[in-house]
Amino acid sequence: MITISAKDYENLVAHAKSELPNEACGLIAGTITENNKEIQKVYLLTNIDKSNEHFSLDPKEQLASIKDMRANGLSPLGNWHSHPETPSRPSDEDKRLAYDSKASYLILSLMDKDNPVLNSFHIEGNSSTKEELIIK
Amino acid sequence: MKVIVAGEAKEFKEGLTIAELIELEEVETPQYVTVSVNDEFVESGAFGSATLSDGDSVEFLYFMGGGR
Repeated sequence: MITISAKDYENLVAHAKSELPNEACGLIAGTITENNKEIQKVYLLTNIDKSNEHFSLDPKEQLASIKDMRANGLSPLGNWHSHPETPSRPSDEDKRLAYDSKASYLILSLMDKDNPVLNSFHIEGNSSTKEELIIK
Repeated sequence: MKVIVAGEAKEFKEGLTIAELIELEEVETPQYVTVSVNDEFVESGAFGSATLSDGDSVEFLYFMGGGR
């Protein structure tokens, strides 16, 4: 299970909408206890692909985020990105580029912009498993 | 010499290359890794020739991307 605060969720959605028509992306960090992850910080990074079909994190911002996590005692939990026109599920490319089976991959669908859908997945090889996500 | 790897100070032999460090640190899927030394990114083609110095700070960053 992974939890995200309503405030962080709203910030993530607002940022993703502001980046339309392109995909938005970033990192998530927080704490891990047994099988539970709690997101304590959402990093809103630049999609250097500037595309509505692809995303790549800006390495400089990624580096700064990792240092910020370390300075604040947070663990990297995974990443997030938006799908402006497709459902909240890992695409073939998402699976191909997911290297960490322990990470949480959050995908926000903005197909219906008034009703965003956020899901979290674990990805291993070509298979993905939905992870319970709580917005509190 | 002392090199800081992902925030942790470690001892290594003099003249250690980035490629050797990747191997010693058992970095997974190194083909997806970007390396920074003292906040400067190093081209992957230079991993075998770029040597580290005492006090250098190294970070391994995994490429993160995807698509629709």
